[in-house]
This record gives sequence, C-alpha cells and structure tokens, in this order.
Amino acid sequence: MSLDQLYQQIILEHSKLRHGSGLAGADLPAGAASGQSHQLNPVCGDEITVRVTVAEGKVSGLRWDGEGCSISMASASVLTDLADGLEAAELQRVIDSFREVLRSRGKVPADPEILGDAAAFEGVARYAARVKCAMLSWVAAEDALAQALAGQDHPAGP
Amino acid sequence: MVATPAHLLRSATALGNEEVMRIRNDFPILQRTVNGRPLVYLDSGATSQNPLSVLEAEQEFYEQRNSAVHRGAHHLAVEATDAFEDARETVAAFIGADPDELIWTSNATEGLNLLSYSFLNASLPGCPAESRRFALAEGDEVVVTEMEHHANLIPWQQLAARTGAALKYIPVDDAGNLDLDAAAGLIGSRTRVLAFTHASNVLGTINPVSELVALARAAGALVVLDACQSAPHLALDVKALDVDFAVFSGHKMLGPTGIGGLYGRAELLNAMPPFLTGGSMITTVTMDRAAFLPSPQRFEAGTQKISQAVALAAAANYLGETGLDRIHAWETTLGQRLVEGLEAIPGIRVLGPAAGRERIGLAAFDVAGVHAHDVGQFLDSRGIAVRVGHHCAQPLHRRLGLTASTRASTYLYNTTDDVDAFLEAVAGVRGYFQA
Repeated sequence: MSLDQLYQQIILEHSKLRHGSGLAGADLPAGAASGQSHQLNPVCGDEITVRVTVAEGKVSGLRWDGEGCSISMASASVLTDLADGLEAAELQRVIDSFREVLRSRGKVPADPEILGDAAAFEGVARYAARVKCAMLSWVAAEDALAQALAGQDHPAGP
Repeated sequence: MVATPAHLLRSATALGNEEVMRIRNDFPILQRTVNGRPLVYLDSGATSQNPLSVLEAEQEFYEQRNSAVHRGAHHLAVEATDAFEDARETVAAFIGADPDELIWTSNATEGLNLLSYSFLNASLPGCPAESRRFALAEGDEVVVTEMEHHANLIPWQQLAARTGAALKYIPVDDAGNLDLDAAAGLIGSRTRVLAFTHASNVLGTINPVSELVALARAAGALVVLDACQSAPHLALDVKALDVDFAVFSGHKMLGPTGIGGLYGRAELLNAMPPFLTGGSMITTVTMDRAAFLPSPQRFEAGTQKISQAVALAAAANYLGETGLDRIHAWETTLGQRLVEGLEAIPGIRVLGPAAGRERIGLAAFDVAGVHAHDVGQFLDSRGIAVRVGHHCAQPLHRRLGLTASTRASTYLYNTTDDVDAFLEAVAGVRGYFQA
C-alpha cells in the first residue's frame, strides 16, 4: 500500500482546514445541552477536547481543541462537518461504523453513504499504529454526545 | 572466556564505511527490505539489532546447557551456572565493575525501580540499622534533571511521594546542556539521591558526570547514573566515574530483550534491603523470618534470565572486540553528519547541542508544520526506521515547547549512506505534507 492511499488529498486538506477547531467563544444556544470529553494518546502525547451540543435531539454543534498529527487533526475536522445537524442516534451510528472500519485492519470497506468524507480514512485501518490517531476525536465525541444526551434529560437550571 | 574490558581497548581509529559494511554482514535483519526498499535502521536508541554471535549464544545455551542455575547437582545445572556466572563476569568487566556488583534485571527500568523500592523499604519502620542510610523522609530531597527518561524519573517521583521527600530538577539550557550553576544551588545538605542520565536519549548531550558526582559527594548524596545511552556506545567505566549505582539495558547494546544490569558499589548493595524476595536470595528461612544472601543473589529472587545473560555476554564480547572507542568515534562522525544535514534543511529544528558540539550519535528534531508521527510514517514508506513521539521524556519535550519529536539514532552498523538516505528523505517531508 502506498503512502498516498494513507494520506489521501482530502485528509491532507482537512489537516490544514481544521473545521471546528477552537472551543473558546462557542456559545451554548438556549435550550441546548452539551457534553465535553478530553482524550489523550499516551504514545505520542497528543490530546484533544471535543464538545458536542445537542438541541431537540439533534447535534447543533461540535467544536474541539487539540494538537496532533495530520491524521488526528483531519479526522476531527471531517467529524465536525459530518456531525452537524445529525440526529443523536445517527451520529452514534456513524461513529460505530467508523470504528468498525478503522479496527478491521483493512477487512471492512468504508461505506461512503454513511461516512461521507470520513471514508477517506479507510487506508488508516492498515496502519495499526495510526488507528488511535484517527479515532481520538471520535472517541471524545462519543463520550461528549452521551454526556450531552444525559444533560438533555436533566437540563441544567438557568 | 572473559572479554578484554572495553575501556582498555584504546584506539584512536574510528570505524569506516568499509569496515561497517563487513559488520553489517553479522546482522541478518539488516539484509531485509521494508516497503520495497533496503532497511535503513536508525532506531538503535530504542532497540539495537543482534549479531549472529548473540543469536547463536542464546540458541547454543538452550541446545546444550539449559537448566536452572545455583541449584541441582546434575551436570547441566553446573554448566548452566558456569555460563550464567561467566556472563556476569564478562558484562561486569565491560562496564568496569566487579562481578558481585552486577545484578541482572529485566532492563534499566527494573534496575531503577529496584533502587527506589529498596530505598522505600529502607524508609519503613523497623528497617535494620545498616539500611538506614538509604531511608528518605520529609525534608529530604531527590534531585533529577529535566532531561530524564521517564524510567529515571517516575520511580523517584513515586519514592518522593511515598516518603514525603521533595523532587528537584536540574534545568536544561537552550543549548541542551544541564545548568551546572543551578545544579550547585540545588544539590545540598538535604539531597539524599542524585539521579541523572549519562547521555540524553533525546538531546544527545553527554552530561559532565565528574562535576555532578563532585556536587553529590560534597552533599553526601547517593549517585545513580542512567547509562542506557552510554553503555552501548562508549567505553563505560563505572568505577572511574565514581558513581554509586548505574543501570543499562541489554537490548540497546546488541543483546536480547528481557535483560539489563544494575551496578552498585558492593558495600552499598550488601546494606540495602532487598526489593523482590523469594527463592535463591536467602540463607536461612524460618516460619517467621529470613536472612538474605549478599549481592548479587540478594537481589535476584526466582529463576533468572539465564539465556539472556549468556547472550548479553556475547554482545559485550562483540562490542569489546570491535572496540568501544572506535565505535564511539564512528558514531560521533555519524551524529555530526546527522546534525549538520538536518540544520541545512529549511524548517527543521534540531534539539540539543548544535553541529560541532559534543553529542552521541543521535539527533531528535522538530519539523515545522508536520507532526512527528507523519514524519515517521513518511520515512517508513522509504524503508527508514526512526522513533517518533515524546521518547518517554514528556517533561523535556514540554520544556522545549513540543509534545513530540522525531529521532534518528545510529549504531556501529550504520553507514554514512544510511545518514544521507535519511537526510534526503527528511528534505522531502514538508513538501509532501504541504507545510
């Protein structure tokens, strides 16, 4: 497998674009609940914090702060684009699909219908050492989403 | 046969590419390809490769001598015990120690944990009088440096936390050297232990051991030397360095994984409380208590790393026969070539001493706009193996304003062509990642 199959153009581009990067200044809309999760890759020291906001059962925003390799930064950026406006259950389904592909060592092909641009990360599955880089923001988003949903059931006071 | 102690093999002649090409024939793994390219192995700072003589020594032990040591009256047990203790003699001579001052450990990490746990045991109530010199309590201090590998940091951090002692750091300056003025201010009457690395696994700096030992001696502190990056690469003489303890790992010096060594001055080892207890380290055992053997058995509970010790001795012989001074001189050449080449590439920041300043044969660096993981992946696609990440030195990376870096580290089997192939590939990294 060539390096270009790992570093697809869309990944290199998103690693620079970093959609959703920056937690400061992102206000919580009225009626929304949010959850936040910090994840760390102890191998390289990379860290990411993801905040997911949910309003009326839909993801109304995903923002993050972090520093890491091109795979981890691009993966957070693509996730930001994908998550916006999804039903909470849909986002969970997308995360499950992404995880299945990434952990398959290349045996499970990505479904672009479900994963959209995140299908470009299919090649990462063949590089066991890089799977954690791609998963970092998704694991954080999953945890943040669960917290946001729990918060929605029990909304905080004004 | 016991090898000539490496430090007695004085020779000013460095290895050269021609001789290195012959040396490479002794290392089967260096003949393989990776991603369709000949392997360029520049990760010996993490783990070195094994020559045939090491692989054969381990196989020969299992084929001919495999048995438990220091027990059993049968012939194999005698031969195995001889091989095990001959190995100790060889490796002890390699570092300038007496055989009873070399304790086998799994690796340097275990050696440092052995020390910190023994000191912790000495700090507990009811510790025997002769062990009290190792005890720590509130008001005492342990001094380390900002450039330590986690192996020589966390055991002391834990010991300090458990005893109430304070942990102090000798700072690293921007050129990658220890601030000795600061060290002189930090090391004082409260200092019980000074633990530092001989050579930095990230910066490549060779630390001034004698200056630091002098400060510790004046303060009455014990000196612990992490020799992981020095024992494999230069003629180490623990007695000449006058340290109290030193640790090293076998797999970084052509030996197998699973074995390393802890050197300690005999007088200290025999006064220290044991760490691991059990079989083979005792004299008399009753239902209530046990008495312990002197060093080294005092610290070698349970069945030992016998074949690994035999193989490590073969590695020490291989290094000794090649000549540590010649290896050191060659790696100095390679290290300088690395740094000069890296400094000439735009967007590269070399960590540690600049070109022309003393360093061991490794160089870690940051690439502007490209994460170390991506650098390593790019190099791997060209068959070049390097280390990426924090190299088990997070505080040092934080001090340098980084979370991760890329490191190329050489050994006696690397040619200048290896270095040049690496430099050529690094020059293409920023273009590939559009940085």
